[in-house]
Amino acid sequence: MEWLLVVVVLLLAAFGVLLSWTAGRVDRLHHRVNTARSGLEAQLMHRSGAALELAAAGLLDPARSLVLLDAAHHARAREPGDREQAESDLSAALVAALGDPEEIAELQRQPGAAELFRELGDACRKVELARRFHNDVVTSTRSLRGRPLVRWFRLAGHAELPSTVELDDSWPPVLP
Amino acid sequence: MRVGLVCPYSLDVPGGVQNHTRDLSEALIDLGHEVSLIAPADEDDQLPGYVVPAGRAVPVPYNGSVARLAFGPLSAARVRRWLSDGRFDVLHIHEPAVPSVSLLALWAAEGPIVGTFHSAMLRSRAMLAASSILRPSMEKLSARIAVSEHARATLVQHFGGEPVIIPNGLYVDRFAATRPSPRWASPGGTLVFLGRIDEPRKGLATLLEAFPAIIRSRPGVHLYVAGRGDVSAAREMVPREGVGSVTFLGLVDDATRADLLASADLYVAPNLGGESFGIILVEAMAAGAPVLASDLPAFRRVLDGGELGTLFPTGDPAALSRAAVDLLEDDVRRGRVRKAAAVAVRRYDWSALSADIVRVYQTIRAGAGLVGEEA
Repeated sequence: MEWLLVVVVLLLAAFGVLLSWTAGRVDRLHHRVNTARSGLEAQLMHRSGAALELAAAGLLDPARSLVLLDAAHHARAREPGDREQAESDLSAALVAALGDPEEIAELQRQPGAAELFRELGDACRKVELARRFHNDVVTSTRSLRGRPLVRWFRLAGHAELPSTVELDDSWPPVLP
Repeated sequence: MRVGLVCPYSLDVPGGVQNHTRDLSEALIDLGHEVSLIAPADEDDQLPGYVVPAGRAVPVPYNGSVARLAFGPLSAARVRRWLSDGRFDVLHIHEPAVPSVSLLALWAAEGPIVGTFHSAMLRSRAMLAASSILRPSMEKLSARIAVSEHARATLVQHFGGEPVIIPNGLYVDRFAATRPSPRWASPGGTLVFLGRIDEPRKGLATLLEAFPAIIRSRPGVHLYVAGRGDVSAAREMVPREGVGSVTFLGLVDDATRADLLASADLYVAPNLGGESFGIILVEAMAAGAPVLASDLPAFRRVLDGGELGTLFPTGDPAALSRAAVDLLEDDVRRGRVRKAAAVAVRRYDWSALSADIVRVYQTIRAGAGLVGEEA
């Protein structure tokens, strides 16, 4: 009967290793979600900052400057709840104000303008990238947390189930 | 930034991934970054200064063909040492799912890691089994890039999520600077085919079958075939009428290839399938060769639905010969396509792509530490 005991102990040990390894995976993913989330926040701040700077630069007519200023302020206000809406509105305002590639090319010839547009385009692209990368990690995390092993043994502890960030991140043709 | 790049295939064998990693290394160095590229190679191979050899590659059947891969304890130890010595800000692994240096690096590393997926030809049944083995490693990637819509679709199918697309690049100016050479000029027009001649999917057979009809309408036309493979076997496929009008060049070097493309009146890509992106079409366009290609989804996308070249029904020799003759007779149309293509290929230039890849690095670096070994 001793061999049966040995087998049971070995199986339990192997299961323990599997549990701890999976818990490590869950933990690492949560950590990565947090990093990706703060990365996305930073890129969004960067983008609204670049939009504000462009609005204040006096390159665009007052009407468009005001539209950009307003949208960028709302995005930065971080009012709880409608954050994603405010950022989507900023995207819409940028596309509406800077939608004409020929005019943008014209504006970029003015002194200092190229730099501003490059920074804005860079920030817009990075928002798009950061959101994709964030949502990728969230998807992996949610799929791992959906596994029976993780649910039954509560390997995720008390960590909140992360959710994807859904916002319109389309951007005007300000990059070459 | 200190960037560690990983290429899973031997650099001494030509291939899309090898060219991509080498060109990207050079583009990043030009931008002022520090780059180290690890790839399977012997210590005594002639290698550029930024390459670190990971040990000899051995030919292994994998994913439907024979690949030269490096794995085993020696390569694993070299990859670990490279990681700990490198102190990279970002690790960029090409083909992270290929069981070579790439998978070893992904296994061993932790931190900001980018994975670029090139292949679209993963076998579904095997991949389904593989994806459960690979999933824990794939979770370590902070950013996933696909080089084509096809590679992206494969990736989404197996692992889900939303990878970004950054296409394959080339140095457009190197091709654009090449001038047509009288060496390749022919009175009826010069046709060029590049690619392995004994690989049926490259479609040389379709082109050779179409060739007699082209000669009948355009006497004096000449076809140059450049690519690896058994020339004598390929010569047997040439129809009797075409014997004097086809030249097999074997494998040519990069300079000859650019030269040949610049001199082509028509670059023909009669592929039957298996293409994920079609970098060769972009090269032809950059060199100024009007493109006639089979109507594969990847080619249709590169040619912008036929705006930047001409498409014909895949595997149809009669349609190929009709389209080729029409194009050879129409100098105006060829000139127009040539001009449009020269502008459009700029988006594949390394200067644009490397800037975008650096944005990916900057995005995932925010808030993350250095690349290290997994604890």
